[in-house]
Amino acid sequence: MSDKQPVISIRNVTKRFGNMVAVDNVSIDILEGEFFVLLGPSGCGKTTLLRMIAGFELPSEGQILIGGQDMAGVAPNRRPVNMVFQSYAVFPHMTVADNVAYGLKIAGIEKSEIRHRVNEALELVSLGGLGTRMPDQLSGGQRQRVALARGLVMRPKVLLLDEPLSALDAKLRAQMQFELAELQDNVGITFVTVTHDQDEALSMACRIAVMNKGDVAQMAVPADLYEHPANRFVADFIGSVNIFEGKLTLDEPERAEVNCPGLGRVYLNHGVTGAHETTVWVAIRPEKITMTAPGKAKAKDSPAGTNIAHGQIKGMSYLGDITLYDVRLETGESLRVSRPNLSRWDQEDFQWDDKVSLHWHPSSPIVLLS
Amino acid sequence: MQDWNRQKPAFLALATAPVLWLLAFFILPLGIVWLYSFGRNVGLTDIDISGTFANYARALEPLYLEIFGKSVAVAALTTLLCLVIGFPVALAITFAQPKWRPWLLLAVMLPFWTNLLIRTYALITVLRTQGYVNKSLGFLWDQASSVKAFLGLAPLPTWEPLELLYNNFAVILGLVYVHLPFMVLPLYAALDRMDKSLIEASLDLGAGHLRTITRIVAPLAAPGIISGVIITFVPALGAYLTPDLMGGPDSQMIANVIERQFKRANDWPFGAALSFLLMYATFMLIALQALRTRKIEARQ
Repeated sequence: MSDKQPVISIRNVTKRFGNMVAVDNVSIDILEGEFFVLLGPSGCGKTTLLRMIAGFELPSEGQILIGGQDMAGVAPNRRPVNMVFQSYAVFPHMTVADNVAYGLKIAGIEKSEIRHRVNEALELVSLGGLGTRMPDQLSGGQRQRVALARGLVMRPKVLLLDEPLSALDAKLRAQMQFELAELQDNVGITFVTVTHDQDEALSMACRIAVMNKGDVAQMAVPADLYEHPANRFVADFIGSVNIFEGKLTLDEPERAEVNCPGLGRVYLNHGVTGAHETTVWVAIRPEKITMTAPGKAKAKDSPAGTNIAHGQIKGMSYLGDITLYDVRLETGESLRVSRPNLSRWDQEDFQWDDKVSLHWHPSSPIVLLS
Repeated sequence: MQDWNRQKPAFLALATAPVLWLLAFFILPLGIVWLYSFGRNVGLTDIDISGTFANYARALEPLYLEIFGKSVAVAALTTLLCLVIGFPVALAITFAQPKWRPWLLLAVMLPFWTNLLIRTYALITVLRTQGYVNKSLGFLWDQASSVKAFLGLAPLPTWEPLELLYNNFAVILGLVYVHLPFMVLPLYAALDRMDKSLIEASLDLGAGHLRTITRIVAPLAAPGIISGVIITFVPALGAYLTPDLMGGPDSQMIANVIERQFKRANDWPFGAALSFLLMYATFMLIALQALRTRKIEARQ
């Protein structure tokens, strides 16, 4: 990916609405052909950033370059990007084909070519043959495809998608996640998508920028966000996690130890960059904790007394593929543990109020400095 | 919600009074006037309802048809001007900041709270020969003249006040002024309902603001435009006060003719016939609109 040029360069962009800072000194390079996702909770500034790329909002400070060209003073209708709106914004008084042809007609493209390109775009989003329908005769999923085709037919440098799947039901959303990723791969156009749904982001994106309060909290490929979160916000926002505060008691190149009052001694098989006795946070994913009968826990590759905890099951939720357990530790803290339901008749079934022991591998805990 | 049909006593109790009121003071007088239109004057005060169509025949004479035609033309021009002025106003209110919107709407509606007669006289003081417009223009003219004199040039000729009142221009101006809110409010209602991202989508696809308005905003606001046109055109067609007070000898509209039949000419049957012709025309317009709406609903 390193040989690719950034198609969008966001440079130190700040956006203020009155006293409210919506986007705070953000710099992002989005590469050619990438499926880039802006992920964050509502109000984090992700949509504002997308609308600044489209030209519907102007940055208070900073620069946005598209294809190397500064977009300051360039109106939305003159930018080489197209947008798929959250509400789809399909023109209700035009047929599907007229909707898709709208931008081409405005651009003054020849009629025969318009017809050709519209058909091509409708085929691409599996709407072939529905060109004469009116939008109110379409389902939500079909309307979204019209919005997609209407943007793609313009062959933009970048297609911007604002919460593209949020209005669809769960089944259709899962299907569309795959379709969108495949579509992007086929057309080779850079996609920039805004979403608050981490599953959506993780499944579709090449790279994700996680945003929090106008700031980019971390920018990374999906697996890195999950396995190597940069801070507590990202660790907590992406997936489920147990976080404990502690003090760094040992830090060497090959090993480290954190003493967490709420969890016990946590041993790691790699170094951490932090001064002795620094306050740090330990994050452990629920699926990376092993639950056994009391006393049976055995933390591999860990010194005695580390990476082990004892408690009692205080809550269970059966989710089909996995079961989530809420374990009350002896320290009084709660720990969330998940177990895959590998067989249909689980041999050692855990029940409410069962006493359990827990252990984890020294590579599992993540040490966070902020 | 409860079905009204199941609560007949309550429904009747509530509906009887207004129905009786409408019967006694609206339907009945209207029926009497309708009967008069088929009658003829006998003496000074009596009307013989003989079933004659003579009044309608007379109403269709070229003299009255011409006034009818002129009224339609004036009302149409008023409606068009209201649309041209009102559309940008409604658009501006729609896109104003939310905290300003109620105040802007209030400003549009404020004239409704003042008596039409008072508003018309106020407009007259603005437009008359010694009115504010002419005084201001005259002042500027005099200043320009003295500047020219100061520069050693020949001074301007004496200021001749503009004839802004008692002509067709004044009638149109007055009617537009009075009817503008009727146009702005339905337009605003239609524009406000519209999904704003449709406008952004149009801009995003390369259309400029003008093409976005003609291709997206106007077609989607069409129902509002049509109801605005009808509720502006109908009262403008029957306008009486404005042409009476602000018009010249050639600016009388059909309502002025009708008024004269009932008063000075004392020809109630003929006035009644003219009134009903006006009403039939209005009804036809509304019926056409209803038909159109039903057709659109049937298509959906």
